[in-house]
Formats: sequence, structure tokens, C-alpha cells
Amino acid sequence: MSVATAPRAAKTITRPGGTLYRGHEGMWSWVLHRITGVAIFFFLLVHILDTALVRVSPEAYNAIMASYKTPLMGLGEIALVGAILFHALNGLRIIAIDYWRKGVKYQRAMFWTVVGVWAVLMAAFVPRQIIMILSEVPA
Amino acid sequence: MMTTIETPRSPYARTPRRGVNWEKAGWIYMRVSGVILVVLILGHLFVNMVLGEGVKGIDFAFVAGKWASPFWQVWDVTMLWLALIHGANGMRTIVNDYATTRGMRGTLKTLIGVSAVSLIILGTLVATTFDPCPVVPADQLELLPSFCETL
Ligand code: HEM
Repeated sequence: MSVATAPRAAKTITRPGGTLYRGHEGMWSWVLHRITGVAIFFFLLVHILDTALVRVSPEAYNAIMASYKTPLMGLGEIALVGAILFHALNGLRIIAIDYWRKGVKYQRAMFWTVVGVWAVLMAAFVPRQIIMILSEVPA
Repeated sequence: MMTTIETPRSPYARTPRRGVNWEKAGWIYMRVSGVILVVLILGHLFVNMVLGEGVKGIDFAFVAGKWASPFWQVWDVTMLWLALIHGANGMRTIVNDYATTRGMRGTLKTLIGVSAVSLIILGTLVATTFDPCPVVPADQLELLPSFCETL
């Protein structure tokens, strides 16, 4: 009988081994990447249609754009920018995992780097966006 | 006659397949387009949502100002193609993962494909045939970018 598996079984495995995508940061980043990807896709469909109104008339385009400038939509834009930034940064992390030799080893550190950079970019964008949507700039 | 017996526990070898490996091409496309999209989309967001008055500054004159330059036309059309194909291919993966019947998979993937192709055509036409100074009724003249006055 072979005992080849013995040393492996003797080691205490605290996390499910063998797959980067099972549990913990590896899994949750994947869930978020999927949800943000779908959300951005549907927004993009709408966004091409609203932009197409520049070809109808300046009046039609400005009317649709006015609806993007309300406080409620302003919050929606924060969510959208948040989703895009996460998907973009985590996308770079996925690419690094797949192509960089040490990618798998550092995937957890890279996830928290993504979260950190995301937080910094959002901290720069959100206050500005809130001031902008509450200001009385003639639409 | 000799029979070749494979070495026990030899690593699994894929059966060689002929032709283009489209699934692999798609996998690579997601990554290549992703890297380019980071630049295009973050640049797009910065210029439209952060500079100037942010979203409040976006109106016909703003778009006309951008698309009067081939630089932004090329930027936006490239972004349109890369993002829609990337998004549609990503949606295809998700449909393959969750849709359980053949009919549902086919229907959803057809819908994704049709929307992506028609919006790529629409978007490309809009950005490339755009006229920043269209003929408008007198009461809409003020909606045009200021450079139209000199024409
Ligand atoms: C900003 C730059 C972007 C980067 C760096 C990026 C990167 C990636 C990467 C690496 C994948 C993984 C593919 C795989 O696992 O095989 C992916 C999936 C996906 N992306 Fe993007 N992407 C970007 C923008 C977008 C945009 C604009 C959309 C929507 C139009 C989008 C929608 C999707 C979808 C739906 C998936 C599939 C998710 C899944 O299979 O779980 N992405 N992206």
C-alpha cells in the first residue's frame, strides 16, 4: 500500500487548499467582480442609448442629461463609479494572478491593495460629487 | 504487434483538437481588453465626472466640444467596441454558468449578442457622423457650443 499521501494529510490545513476561488478573499472578490461586471454591462447599454440622443437634437440630449443631474441620480453615479473602480482594479489583480509568477502567492495582499486603492479613489471622488450634485450649477 | 502501455500515473494529456480555440481567445481577450479599458474608462470618468463641473457640466455643447476632435472620437469608439465585446463575452460566461436548459442558454446568449452588435453599430454611427453644429430652431441656438457662432 502506498503511503504517498501521509505527509500531506499530517499537515494541518486551516483553509480549504487547492483553489484560490474557494472561500475568503479569493471567493468574495470573484462574487463582487461578477456583480459589478453585470451592473456595468446594463448601465453601458443604457448609456449608449442616452448618448445617441446627441444625434436627435441638442434639446433631446440636454433633457436626458438633466435627469442624470438630480441628487438621487448623483448617488447612483457614486455607486456606478464605485462598481467600475472595483471591477477595474480587481480585473488588474485577476490578470496579475494569471500572468505573474508570484500572482497566486500574493493574491490576498493584492485584494487588500485593491480595496485600499479603491477607498482612496472613492475618498477623492465622493465628496466632490456630493458638493457637485448639491450645488446650483444651472443644468 | 506491439501495444504501447502508458507509464503509470503519467500526467493527463489533452486530446489534441483542431482549429482555433475560441474559448481561449475569449479568455485572452478579457485580459487584453481589460488593461486597455482601465486607461480608457478611468480617463473617460476623470474628464467627464471630475474635471470642470463634473456631471453637471455635461450637455450637448460639452459633447460637441469633445467630438469636434478626432482624438476623443477615436477614444470613445475604441472604448465602445472594447467594453461592449468584453461585457457581452463576460455575460456569456455567466449565462453558461447559471442557465440550466439549452433553450434558456440560447435565448439569453442571442439577446446579449443582438444587443451588443446593435449598440456597437449605433454607437459607432453616432460618434463618427456627429455634427457639433447642427441646424436647429432659433430657440435652441444657445445649446450649441460657442465655436459654432464663428461658422
Ligand atoms: C475597467 C477595466 C476592466 C477590466 C480591467 C476588466 C477586467 C476583467 C477581467 C480580468 C475579467 C475576468 C475574465 C475571466 O475570469 O475570464 C472580467 C470579467 C467581466 N467583465 Fe470586466 N473589466 C473591465 C471593464 C468591464 C466593463 C466596462 C464591463 C461591462 C461592460 C465589464 C464586464 C465584465 C463581465 C460581465 C465579466 C464576467 C464576470 C464573470 O465571469 O464573473 N468589464 N473583467
